[in-house]
Amino acid sequence: MSRFLQVAWLVVRKDLRVESRNKEMLLTTLFFAVSCVLVFSFGFVRGGAAIEGSASGVLWITIAFSGTLALGRAFERERHHDALRGLLMAPVDRPAIYVGKLVGVLLLLAVVEALVVVMIAFLFQAPLFRHGWWLLTLLSLGTIGFASVGTLFSAMLLRTRSRAVLLPVLLYPVTIPVLIMGVSGTFALVQPDPDLVLARVWVSLLFFFDIVFVTLALWTFEPVMTE
Amino acid sequence: MNRRLFPWLIGLSLVFFVVAPILIVRAPLEQEMGLIQKIFYFHFSAWMAMYLSICVLGISSAQFLFRRKPAADRLAVSAAEAALVFGLMGLITGPIWAVKSWGVWWNWDARTTIALILELILVAYLLLRSYGGPGSDRLAAGLGMFAMANLPFLYISTNIWRTIHPPTSVVPTLPVDFGIPLWWSFAGFIVLCLALLTARVRLEEQRATLDRLYLALEDE
Amino acid sequence: MNLVLSAGEIIGLLGPNGAGKSTLLAVLSTLAEPSHGDVRYGDFTASAGGAPLRAQVGFLSHDLQLYPELTARENLEFFAGLYGLDRPAERAHEALAKASLSERADDLVEGFSRGMRQRLALERTLLHAPRLVLFDEPFTGLDEASCGALVTRLQQLRTARRIVVLATHDLDVVSQLLDRAVVLRMGRLSELGSTGSLRERYRAALAEAPRGRRPGPFGPSGSGPGESPA
Repeated sequence: MSRFLQVAWLVVRKDLRVESRNKEMLLTTLFFAVSCVLVFSFGFVRGGAAIEGSASGVLWITIAFSGTLALGRAFERERHHDALRGLLMAPVDRPAIYVGKLVGVLLLLAVVEALVVVMIAFLFQAPLFRHGWWLLTLLSLGTIGFASVGTLFSAMLLRTRSRAVLLPVLLYPVTIPVLIMGVSGTFALVQPDPDLVLARVWVSLLFFFDIVFVTLALWTFEPVMTE
Repeated sequence: MNRRLFPWLIGLSLVFFVVAPILIVRAPLEQEMGLIQKIFYFHFSAWMAMYLSICVLGISSAQFLFRRKPAADRLAVSAAEAALVFGLMGLITGPIWAVKSWGVWWNWDARTTIALILELILVAYLLLRSYGGPGSDRLAAGLGMFAMANLPFLYISTNIWRTIHPPTSVVPTLPVDFGIPLWWSFAGFIVLCLALLTARVRLEEQRATLDRLYLALEDE
Repeated sequence: MNLVLSAGEIIGLLGPNGAGKSTLLAVLSTLAEPSHGDVRYGDFTASAGGAPLRAQVGFLSHDLQLYPELTARENLEFFAGLYGLDRPAERAHEALAKASLSERADDLVEGFSRGMRQRLALERTLLHAPRLVLFDEPFTGLDEASCGALVTRLQQLRTARRIVVLATHDLDVVSQLLDRAVVLRMGRLSELGSTGSLRERYRAALAEAPRGRRPGPFGPSGSGPGESPA
């Protein structure tokens, strides 16, 4: 077990180091997320007031789009020098590689989301920080749900033709439940009269979703990655 | 085995579908919704056939991914196509019913939404199989399992969301007069689903046999 | 196909492009599963082998599997850690010396020439001292000096009783190196005879292979599951 975590950690550390030298993925994803929020604000903010409920939707759509971009880039790098096969050859349970890549993606998305939340709170005048801890929980669980499926799909499409197009095609339908739960939960929090009970329900559902899908991803990673 | 089973299944489903309209016409008129409510018998049955197909898809995907049985892969692709077709039936009958009884073509309540999502997943599955190139059968099997894992969330969400879709407890408590045409149509759709699966799996088997024959021919 | 490999051998895997050499190497390295049949490594089978089996196998693909944004030392230390070797820093240091890259240890790999990357990738493959070492087109793009260095290294592996499998097109370079050679043509494996030069034997084996596939409405691979030639 500790070997599993050790390898996952090595992969994360390697990814962080590569990213710190290159910074391409971080910067492009951040910039993309910022453009996304701006474009949405042009669409949904009229005369200084945002259309009701739009903030929650924009938040999660931006996460989904930026996440897809980041996932595609993360594995494109591994593909470039056939590096993923080098990782798969390691004498450790292969799901450890999956966990390492997942954590890397989550860290990247955490940075992106921090910026996006601030931007949306500002541009859409949404009281996102009123129940900060709730929002944080919601965002964490939702991002884990999205990224867990995305990391698996991205890895499995690595050697596939049309992988750039197929990733969103496969990912969005399967993760729509995450987005629904995230948006509804966020909406419950930013209401003038916040509904914490409902928010708790969504948080619990997201938690179960995460458990189910992370387990499923760990279980299917090895057979799906074997050609 | 499939060759002998198929005519029976098709024949049986034909019987079901010939008798069904008679039963449906005879069924009592529902007070609030009137005539349009009768679409419910086929609507419900189509969705049930779709869920059955998705379960078959999920299980055979797991079989193929973990046990590498080629027969499981053939069943998976057949189940995906069957689920797509029955889902489409459900998605068409649903709005027809909705616009008459609720006044809107589409309301975004949980069940209809997630049914649409499942349909999207099936399209994604079939796109992956068609355009993914070699090895996409395994990847599609992975996707199939994810599709099946989404099912419980469908069921739970209906009971949690406020919804104008009748909650799931409606069906068992239907009075007998409504019940008979419903379960008859249900049976008809299930048999039709099995018939389609049988035919489609047979097609895949024939393709595989043809490939083997071509390869054997080159050995001469 | 049937293939048996023993310790202390260098086996050449020859054949035209698209014959399935890379696929066969993938199967041997446990990255792919054969659709029929079995691969056995001594007492292990491929499916049951898992992580301990992979500790005995090294695979160097054509794309070298290095991270250009990391330095040579960081690449080696990463893989040393991945393979669970103790004292990864020391092992990396030794490997750098063997690759004659000690002075460039802290330079980013993206600045290396093909020959230098090859040497580094080779040492990375051999870090964990695997018993079975697989190479996919290792001589492509190398100059004479680098080829010679690689040949020497491979001979050292043979002396150390490892099994080396080389998929290659460069018949001239390997003609004196190989103990055995097999040809893969359209999914069929045949062993080359022992008389005549390597090139002559290879040509002879290609000449006697069956005619090409007749195209049909569904094609040889149809729309069914992608089958490997094994």
